[in-house]
Amino acid sequence: MLNSKVPAGPLSEKWTKHQFDLKLVNPANKRKYNIIVVGTGLAGASAAASLAELGYNVQAFSYHESPRRAHSIAAQGGINAAKNYPNDGDSIFRLFYDTIKGGDYRSREANVYRLAEISNNIIDQCVAQGVPFAREYGGLLDNRSFGGAQVSRTFYARGQTGQQLLLGCYSALVRQMHTGKVKFHPRHEMLDLVMIDGEAKGIITRNLITGDIQSHAAHAVVLATGGYSNAFFLSTNAMASNATAAWRAHKKGAFFANPCFTQIHPTCIPVASEHQSKLTLMSESLRNDGRVWVPKKEGDKRHPAEISEDERDYYLERLYPSFGNLVPRDVASRRAKEMCDLGNGVGETGLAVYLDFADAIQRLGRNIVTEKYGNLFDMYKQITGENPYEIPMRIYPAVHYTMGGLWVDYNLMSTIPGLYILGEANYSDHGANRLGASALMQGLADGYFILPYTIGDYLTGKLGENISTEDEAFEVAKTDVKGRIETLLTVNGERTVDDIHRELGLILWENVGMARNTAGLEKALNKIPKLRDEFWQNVKVSGTADELNPELEKAGRVADFLELGELMARDALNREESCGGHFRDEHQTEENEAKRNDEEFTYVATWQYKGKESPSELHKENLVFENVELTTRSYK
Amino acid sequence: MRVTLKVWRQQKADSQGSFESYPVENVSEDMSFFEMLDMLNDQLVLAGKTPIAFDHDCREGICGTCGLFINGRAHGPLTGITTCQLHMRSFKDGKTIIVEPWRAKAFPVIKDLIVDRISFDRMMEAGGYISINTGGTPDANEIPIPKANADEAMDAASCIGCGACVATCKNSSAMLFVSAKVSQLTLLPQGQPEREIRVKNMVAQMDKEGFGSCTNTGACEVECPKEISIIHIARLNREFIKSSF
Ligand SMILES: Cc1cc2nc3c(=O)[nH]c(=O)nc-3n(C[C@H](O)[C@H](O)[C@H](O)COP(=O)(O)OP(=O)(O)OC[C@H]3O[C@@H](n4cnc5c(N)ncnc54)[C@H](O)[C@@H]3O)c2cc1C
Ligand code: SF4
Ligand code: FES
Repeated sequence: MLNSKVPAGPLSEKWTKHQFDLKLVNPANKRKYNIIVVGTGLAGASAAASLAELGYNVQAFSYHESPRRAHSIAAQGGINAAKNYPNDGDSIFRLFYDTIKGGDYRSREANVYRLAEISNNIIDQCVAQGVPFAREYGGLLDNRSFGGAQVSRTFYARGQTGQQLLLGCYSALVRQMHTGKVKFHPRHEMLDLVMIDGEAKGIITRNLITGDIQSHAAHAVVLATGGYSNAFFLSTNAMASNATAAWRAHKKGAFFANPCFTQIHPTCIPVASEHQSKLTLMSESLRNDGRVWVPKKEGDKRHPAEISEDERDYYLERLYPSFGNLVPRDVASRRAKEMCDLGNGVGETGLAVYLDFADAIQRLGRNIVTEKYGNLFDMYKQITGENPYEIPMRIYPAVHYTMGGLWVDYNLMSTIPGLYILGEANYSDHGANRLGASALMQGLADGYFILPYTIGDYLTGKLGENISTEDEAFEVAKTDVKGRIETLLTVNGERTVDDIHRELGLILWENVGMARNTAGLEKALNKIPKLRDEFWQNVKVSGTADELNPELEKAGRVADFLELGELMARDALNREESCGGHFRDEHQTEENEAKRNDEEFTYVATWQYKGKESPSELHKENLVFENVELTTRSYK
Repeated sequence: MRVTLKVWRQQKADSQGSFESYPVENVSEDMSFFEMLDMLNDQLVLAGKTPIAFDHDCREGICGTCGLFINGRAHGPLTGITTCQLHMRSFKDGKTIIVEPWRAKAFPVIKDLIVDRISFDRMMEAGGYISINTGGTPDANEIPIPKANADEAMDAASCIGCGACVATCKNSSAMLFVSAKVSQLTLLPQGQPEREIRVKNMVAQMDKEGFGSCTNTGACEVECPKEISIIHIARLNREFIKSSF
């Protein structure tokens, strides 16, 4: 049933050959096609601009007021590419290999190889747009090592790489808006997907200012709507990031892949108060120079300056002599949790470890440290009131990224014909764990260099097809959307949306977070449906449907998280192994490392929605490895 | 701690607005200003009242979505930060805090504290880009760029498009915002081919949107959360004069 459409042939020739084999749309005919792009972050904006440059008519939608506000803007650390500028032994194959291995062998070889191939074009594209990447004194681009890579392949723009890359895409997009090839709809939220004869042919949106519910038709629909970390309430994602577009598409037939693969980032500022609304990431580039430690003695509450060198446990350096502080995210996060669980955590809550820059300041000088990390240090100080030049940072893991997402084939098409998924919204190339600086790469690869080719193959067959919003399917979907909004507004219970969302977040964090086990997952599967019922009977959403109403917007999103959260737990329970970010207590080695079960679980777990009353059905896409050997990840 | 908020409430773009007072109890110093507003809003919802609408998203000072005028200052009493980065420890117990939206003709109020900044996008559409298509670009290291230029371009490119410069300027000028983009692209070799046309078109669009003219008071630079320097305005002016010959 699941056909990945991976082309035959040697790994390094697949994409080139595939591009040749794909059907092309004649240049003169491109203007006869309308394409809807939902989401204008890195993936959506790059896709919308590139499609318009080719001649397609694009309608782009975002709940933001401007494409420049997308969550992509917050990415700090950098973007990978296999340029091998530093001459340190990098290559396309090495980037491919590291990404596959980092993902713990739960992604598709052909996709990952293509990503590594395209990575170099992305850097060229961005530089041509005027993205001010960091440079050396000789004027050439600077690279750094990032997130566990043993080569320096990360390009960066201070601590604002996502911002600069997004502003690059945004500039390409506004240029197309100016020519009229892209019509951008700001503050419009997609609330449903419209299908005609089993294919994606449009969407229903709500104008967030007027509340107007509108239909939009097209020959194909592209979702680039980001990840679902906010299911956990507290995450490093922007406040409005949500899964609604993807979830509605799922309920219309798009399979959801590996929902339990979520990434917990090791270097975030710890929770400070019960009113905490989100968590802030400190870029993991900090781990290049910062050293992670906890006091050796349990419950040691002394000021860090009073704890001498031999009373400190630099546990990552101790456990992983070759990778040290640069072990992958999942490993670093789990070890931090373990230290805190053992009672060695620091700070008031004991839920934090130190990230210390004293050595770096001594070795490099304060100026260099400021140049590299100045804005991160400022940010930390602003939030915590403490100065990291003088006292070590306190960090703790937080939910950060979701590797799971809607299933796509090699062409980035979901199980619904005509529906394409890009960026963090798709189940993609990161397997069970994403390496640092590779989400930006993937989003831009999808948007600039993959979709613009692959979508033509689908569209050629649709020439002359006339899709109208008059079609009954649009009316039905519109009525559904309106009915749901009405219901949300009429419950008029006693709990706010945030209150229920916080509770869901806690259930997920405790049971479907960093370490999972059967008992916890079953507890989550029991609690979440109850909380969902509570929501529909006892939520209080103020205001009306026909005005700007942030409470109503949140309510719709939380209602979807309450369904998705259950699927995350179900998927985690099904996967009886530990791999990457998915750690099952029952499956670990004697040294507490993740123990994969390649015999039984070398597959993508893909879920089909079966209606409100029945559990989702599991379909498996078996992963075949022809070019790498499945080894146990070792960072010792 | 306890504070009293005096907040601008306005139902819709065309309705009359006014200030309303809200006492807020049990505020902790570690809360961000927005977390304090979240808490108040939850209380308003449960009391059957309309919560205060305000724009925000990343809550870490990078998306440019937030922006409140607090006690007469854009983004509140501190410099170099956005409203979302403001914490309650910056306020004194028992004080009254006045909260208003950005006020400028080119930024009409949508609701309460939310304004419409779409004019910023339109100025970018007028020329805030390098006209290249996807693909076919030269190798990224083909053109070396002196580090100092790249760094200065990055300084300018740090603008988050929040609009504090406009809100704080007595003429509601958007010069700092526009100059940041013009400056970034002027400093880079990639930006040279469209150097003249870009500055002309962006300035023309700025005038069309109803932003005021710049009289060099420098107020924008002081309130800009990203500390964008008015050096960029000087550069824009030079470029603009050059482009007119
Ligand atoms: C703090 C932080 C730092 C990071 N740092 C790095 C890094 O250094 N390197 C790296 O590679 N990755 C990093 N990442 C990950 C990376 O930033 C994201 O995975 C990536 O930017 C996602 O891009 P996207 O285009 O898929 O989605 P997003 O940027 O999230 O964009 C989603 C878009 O969809 C729109 N949208 C969503 N739903 C709807 C709807 N229903 N209707 C209308 N519009 C909708 C939104 O308005 C928005 O335009 C970081 C992530 C975080 C949280
Ligand atoms: S120049 Fe500064 S104040 Fe003006 S929009 Fe940019 S970041 Fe905001
Ligand atoms: S909410 Fe993003 S800058 Fe304040």
